[in-house]
Amino acid sequence: MKRNMNTKRQELMLGNKAAARGMYEAGCSFVSSYPGTPSTEITEEAVKYDEIFCEWAPNEKVALEAAFGASMAGKRAACCMKHVGLNVAADPLFSMSYIGAVGGLVICVADDPGMHSSQNEQDSRHYAIAAKLPMLEPSDSEEVLLYTKLAFEISEQFRTPVLLKLCMRVCHSQSIVSLSDRTEVTPVPYEKNITRVMLPAQAKKAHVRVEKRTEELTAYAETTDINRIETGRERTYGFITSSTSYQYVKEVFGDRYSILKLGLIHPMPEKKLLDFAKTVDQLIVVEELDPIIEKHCLTLGLSVEGKSRFPIIGELSQALVEKGMDLPEKISHAIEDEIPARPPVMCAGCPHRGLFYTLKKIGCMVYGDIGCYTLGALAPLNAMDITVCMGASVSGLHGFNKALGEDAEKNSVAVIGDSTFMHSGITGLTDIVYNSSASTVIILDNSITGMTGHQQNPTTGYDIKGNPAEKIDLEALCHALSVKRVRVVDPYDLKMVEQAVKEELAAEEPSVIISRRPCALLKGVKREAPLTVNEDKCVGCGACMQIGCPAIAVREKDNEKGSRKAVIDPTLCVGCKVCTQLCRFGALEG
Amino acid sequence: METKNIMIVGVGGQGSLLASKLLGHLILQKGYDVKVSEVHGMSQRGGSVVTYVRFGDKVYSPIIERGEADMIVSFELLEAARWLPWLKENGRIVTNTQRIDPMPVITGSAVYPGDIVRKLEGAGAQVDAIDCLTLAREAGAEKAVNIVLLGRFSRYFDFEEADWEEAIAACVPPKFLEINRKAFALGRK
Repeated sequence: MKRNMNTKRQELMLGNKAAARGMYEAGCSFVSSYPGTPSTEITEEAVKYDEIFCEWAPNEKVALEAAFGASMAGKRAACCMKHVGLNVAADPLFSMSYIGAVGGLVICVADDPGMHSSQNEQDSRHYAIAAKLPMLEPSDSEEVLLYTKLAFEISEQFRTPVLLKLCMRVCHSQSIVSLSDRTEVTPVPYEKNITRVMLPAQAKKAHVRVEKRTEELTAYAETTDINRIETGRERTYGFITSSTSYQYVKEVFGDRYSILKLGLIHPMPEKKLLDFAKTVDQLIVVEELDPIIEKHCLTLGLSVEGKSRFPIIGELSQALVEKGMDLPEKISHAIEDEIPARPPVMCAGCPHRGLFYTLKKIGCMVYGDIGCYTLGALAPLNAMDITVCMGASVSGLHGFNKALGEDAEKNSVAVIGDSTFMHSGITGLTDIVYNSSASTVIILDNSITGMTGHQQNPTTGYDIKGNPAEKIDLEALCHALSVKRVRVVDPYDLKMVEQAVKEELAAEEPSVIISRRPCALLKGVKREAPLTVNEDKCVGCGACMQIGCPAIAVREKDNEKGSRKAVIDPTLCVGCKVCTQLCRFGALEG
Repeated sequence: METKNIMIVGVGGQGSLLASKLLGHLILQKGYDVKVSEVHGMSQRGGSVVTYVRFGDKVYSPIIERGEADMIVSFELLEAARWLPWLKENGRIVTNTQRIDPMPVITGSAVYPGDIVRKLEGAGAQVDAIDCLTLAREAGAEKAVNIVLLGRFSRYFDFEEADWEEAIAACVPPKFLEINRKAFALGRK
């Protein structure tokens, strides 16, 4: 049976867009975020509604603090980030839990099980427990929209920030949602109130309020219809599940077994879990990453199976549910050849390429950071030693150099993007200057936040809507931090880059090199005509291959042995001419 | 109707998101339940990308697993081979014949398999291979490769040609509409 198409306005919508739609319909008027896959599109979609003020903050801590300020001012506000962003925002998060919300405050946090685009796969549900905040967990776009709206209501009803926990599969899947109109909300007038000043005396009282609030929320968890029981035909098994795991269980078993589907993941209902357990023979918990529901059931004295059947690592799927429930695998075929991997690569014309080629050539230690340039770690560039988290390159390099002394200072660099530097590189550079290590920091200024799909940042001169904004001057900023040696290079000019890196490594004081050229994919960046190979000059030596450009290959021509020539893919080449600087024979022309 | 599973695979940057957007739009108009799952972020930088499209009376999971796909639409030959294990027994593969060397092949540490179409058929797949790049150039823009491919795989659906045209008009900016209509027709015929 097809669905009823006439009742409501319906749209096929990305989970992230549904979150933005939920904010709009809920009367939210302020969103501050820092981009991070898989959460980025929430804010990019929210900014399309004129009723919502949206901004890219320099980092997640600032974003959450700004959203909290808007909530204190009595307006509904939101803040969006990826899972590791919540680590950055954790400090305000814990105190905000004590102070509570005035205008509804919703914090969207998007996990990345399977690490499609992340450096770890931490489970954000731990934060809800640790900070004692309610957390909602939708399982598809329709629920994202409904739960976002509900989150604002819970926030105001219980005077607490609310976490909306998403995951990559919910963020980046489209499903059908029903749209409603926006409901404007009357702002709560601002009043000064000493209970918001977290001095110890106030914090002690606040903690009592938080514990009482958790009790009230637990009672709410027993009655809310987002914690629902779907009664099945057989009682052999009963599943407790949430988020996409619910969809996988339904995909495999339909309505055969009963399901307790949790929409409010913290605090969890206790009576509802105990009552559900009585209706089935064996309780099974299906959840991605850590066994949080499972452990809660165990503390209630329930006999459950969970991680003994399903992996603790990576995403789940219907196939993993089938496997965990001892069902047969589906038949599938493969060709006999080994299939070469296709790892992501820096794009043709990427300004980072020339810099990493030079760092590899010099052979220095490279302390890396988070962004497209982390791909400099891969073959054939192989020019990265360590990458931790946002901003860690600058502070990490300082510690490395202090530990090993002058020899290290003259043979190591930090690389960090423009947006990442603004996010959390400035404080690291302060450490370098204040505690004097002769470290060399290279800021890769490609005039955009690249990896997450081109967001503006404080150094680009534009705001989230693309309107002109105050442009923070990186050179002036570094000078203001008392770095005396600040120089700018063009990463397309390999000689210039090599000279600059060698000189700054030799310098006996802190230095900053700004490697400046816009991302090759940016609108408005002119593509030059593709280069061509002069086959009379090309000897097939492969020197041009050292930069790992996806537009260049060296192949046997027409499958004739001994006829190796460089080949340039004209659909990819943007004519940056970095490769021409490697060819001793002048065979690459353009 | 039993849920249909379609996978769209290719190399990041080839325009597979437009193809899934268009297909999703069309299925929605036809009154089916539908889920589309795609990959954003780092893997888009020239990596292997996959989009799952599932539709029917009621769809739960947004993803497709090994041995579940009714059809795989591939923008590139090696990607068709990579995702073959996801195809159902006797399922169909519609693939562009374009070859894009991945970095391990470019650097010489891996070999691009030869004769992929024959090997896919040998593994039991029904294969429809088509040179979309040439047809896209004929339509007037290399970027229309995705719509040529869409035209080709539209043959294997029960939807009317007019429905597809309506979906193209709804999903493509007006200034590219003519080129995309032409690309679709060249792929479909």
